[in-house]
Amino acid sequence: MLGLDKKNSALLLIVIALTVFAPFLMNPFPQSSGLAQFNAGYPDLMQRFVIFGIFAIGFNILFGLTGYLSFGHAAFLGVGSYAAVWMFKLLSMNIVPAIVLSVIVAGLFSLLIGFISLRRSGIYFSILTLAFAQMSFALAYSVLTPLTNGETGLQVYNDDPQILLGNGPTVTHLFGFEMNSTSTLALGDWAFQFNMGYYVSAVMMVLAFYLSMRIFNSPFGLMLRAIKTNQTRLNYTGVSTRPYTLAAFVISGMYAGLAGGLMASMDPLAGAERMQWTASGEVVLMVILGGAGTLIGPILGAGFIKYFENIFSKINENVLHGWFAALPDGLENAIVWVLHFFVGKGWHLTLGLLFMLIVIFLPGGLVEGGQRIGRLFKRKKSGDDASNTKPAE
Amino acid sequence: MSKSNFTRRGLLKTGAVAGAGLAVPTVFDGSVWAGSHSGYRNAPQGDTVTFGFNVPQSGPYADEGADELRAYKLAVEHLNGEGDGGCLSTFSSQALNGAGVLGKKVAYVTGDTQTKSDAARASAKSMIEKDGAIMITGGSSSGVAIAVQGLCQEAGVVFMAGLTHSNDTTGKDKKANGFRHFFNGYMSGAALAPVLKGAYGSDRRAYHLTADYTWGWTQQESIQAATEAVGWQTVNNVLTPLATTDFSSYIAPVLNSGADVLVLNHYGGNMVNSLTNAVQFGLRDKMVNGKQFEIVVPLYSELMAKGAGANIEGVYGSTNWSWTLQDAGTKAFVKSFGTKYGFPPSNAAQTVYAQTLLYADAAERAGTFNPCGIAEALEDFNFDGLGNGPTFYRGSDHQCFKDVLVMQGKTDPANEYDALEIVEVTPRAQVEYAVDHPMFAGGDLGSCNPGA
Repeated sequence: MLGLDKKNSALLLIVIALTVFAPFLMNPFPQSSGLAQFNAGYPDLMQRFVIFGIFAIGFNILFGLTGYLSFGHAAFLGVGSYAAVWMFKLLSMNIVPAIVLSVIVAGLFSLLIGFISLRRSGIYFSILTLAFAQMSFALAYSVLTPLTNGETGLQVYNDDPQILLGNGPTVTHLFGFEMNSTSTLALGDWAFQFNMGYYVSAVMMVLAFYLSMRIFNSPFGLMLRAIKTNQTRLNYTGVSTRPYTLAAFVISGMYAGLAGGLMASMDPLAGAERMQWTASGEVVLMVILGGAGTLIGPILGAGFIKYFENIFSKINENVLHGWFAALPDGLENAIVWVLHFFVGKGWHLTLGLLFMLIVIFLPGGLVEGGQRIGRLFKRKKSGDDASNTKPAE
Repeated sequence: MSKSNFTRRGLLKTGAVAGAGLAVPTVFDGSVWAGSHSGYRNAPQGDTVTFGFNVPQSGPYADEGADELRAYKLAVEHLNGEGDGGCLSTFSSQALNGAGVLGKKVAYVTGDTQTKSDAARASAKSMIEKDGAIMITGGSSSGVAIAVQGLCQEAGVVFMAGLTHSNDTTGKDKKANGFRHFFNGYMSGAALAPVLKGAYGSDRRAYHLTADYTWGWTQQESIQAATEAVGWQTVNNVLTPLATTDFSSYIAPVLNSGADVLVLNHYGGNMVNSLTNAVQFGLRDKMVNGKQFEIVVPLYSELMAKGAGANIEGVYGSTNWSWTLQDAGTKAFVKSFGTKYGFPPSNAAQTVYAQTLLYADAAERAGTFNPCGIAEALEDFNFDGLGNGPTFYRGSDHQCFKDVLVMQGKTDPANEYDALEIVEVTPRAQVEYAVDHPMFAGGDLGSCNPGA
């Protein structure tokens, strides 16, 4: 189907199904139950899942295929956001010009940075990209304040030109469909939210995912993998690798720009923080956590990290006390005292521990975990089938 | 493995089924789609109403955020009739009686803004979309407050600004759904300048170090204008990034600039570090132009004073409120805060406590949680008894007008909470300004947005 083999078609259909039914899947717990705390099916977080999914898919094209570890990809995301918000300020709140421009600007910017950084490989490449990203952050944060509005963040004001606005909507929209419009479906004790912005982002992510599958299976993708395996050998056989790495770098930069443009389309504000090195590090974590070099891994990793960031960080001591209220006071306080280091603002600690565990025991990330579970079941079913499983990609 | 073929027919069939499945929700009538009949977003269902407390729990303003959170919890207790009731008895509007708001018990959710606009908006969005918060309050950085205020305007909930001192919050970035009780940079300048003139004379040369964001910019502008009006000169203004922790490289050039006053437009952890650096460099022992070198911190807080310790001795600044005031509202608030937490509240705590009560009172008087009703009840509202004396909530920009305190670091503080003393209570008339004052111009309040 669509130029994909059977296995990849199935994977694509799974991803489509997951994104379409996300409002149900993310909201498994009834609202009145204590577990509702863990529901993630509200528009903002679902948008983040797919947008950071796009970001991670793009990063995986560079890191997963060529092995070049960029520590500066957040810069492209930030540049894309700024480009999109400027489109809102100058033209209208339609997201199409904004997203187009954000991809183009991020592509040009990554061409510039990639052209310089790719003269070195390994750790020197990583440091160069990190330096460029921090430079962009510092520029956006203070030097280029007229362009970026500094720490306050670039936003749309009522007195902006918006030459195409006319009588159109004043919130971001796609030809009249407003991004923040949400319909809530109340079924018993569940409330499922269907958000326009989420579905627009989800369509983008499915397209991005499909494109990355085609890249993975193309001769170009094979060349990128050859670069990862042994670049020196390629050079000795007379292949110039730089055009390939640069192309991969620019493609992944454009993915980041698309993610940035979508972020700004969902919420028309661009802050300099999204260019900071911590944001660049986050996407590295997402890809490694999910499984670098695999197709679906980055999406899983992005979802995993965003879930922790938004759900665990909101569990405070009161919530903990609520959970353990049935226990005797002394024991309750002791448990809450221990647990409060791992939730709320301590969510980084939980994430760090899980990251360590995954890297140590599942070097292939969540995808490897899934494969191991899969093999476990297969072995039970038909004894010797395990030997001929191919690593999923 | 089972063999499956993707045929065109198969795909069409699956697509049709999936499409029909997705279309099913549209056949339900309006009753299934919640919230479509209340007329405003997040109308409270059941017997509770949820407030969202969005404060920095990490970053340079984390101390202020923690104190704000304490005050919010106290306010919720008082609204629900627990504890000693605090300011409910001293508040000039007696609409609240400790039985919740409009008969609903107050519940709350908290979030960490990380002192970053992006994170703050994400946190506020999850409160609005997931937890159904009817009102968002918080702040500690004006950049964050402005970003969240914009979000609340779009989403259609009320934003009760906490600690935000930038002129822009109720100036060029003002929003119809946003309200500020705290004072601002202009008021600090207007209150401080006469006191500074009295203490240090009118022939002074000032050097500004300024936090590089909306608050720093507008406060610096205000202080420069106010001090130049009393005859001072401004030597230089250097912008410092918010995330700076070591200010040595910014302090060293001050020594050779010919300036004899250093104005630190810094707040929270920034101010503690920059003031400590300045004192370590021996600035305060210098004689420049035949005059003693002085340091001014235009926006003070008790928590900063505590962090800076003995370094703030004799340093002038301004605050919105002080726990050492002697009016009935202050006494009631300080008593219940002290009883619960064992130490006196900061002015960040007081402003968010007042904001929460003001919101609840407005809802009670309006008889609805609809943002438009709340706005009507708060606009041009005169009140007293929350600690700041007679106060006026101006309708045209949603800014409160009240007395401003000029404070000075004490020489021999009795304890770490008593490090500041009131030098002057600047009357409200002296700090008032017109809505279209140049420092506040360019904004558009817009109209209230109920969201649904």
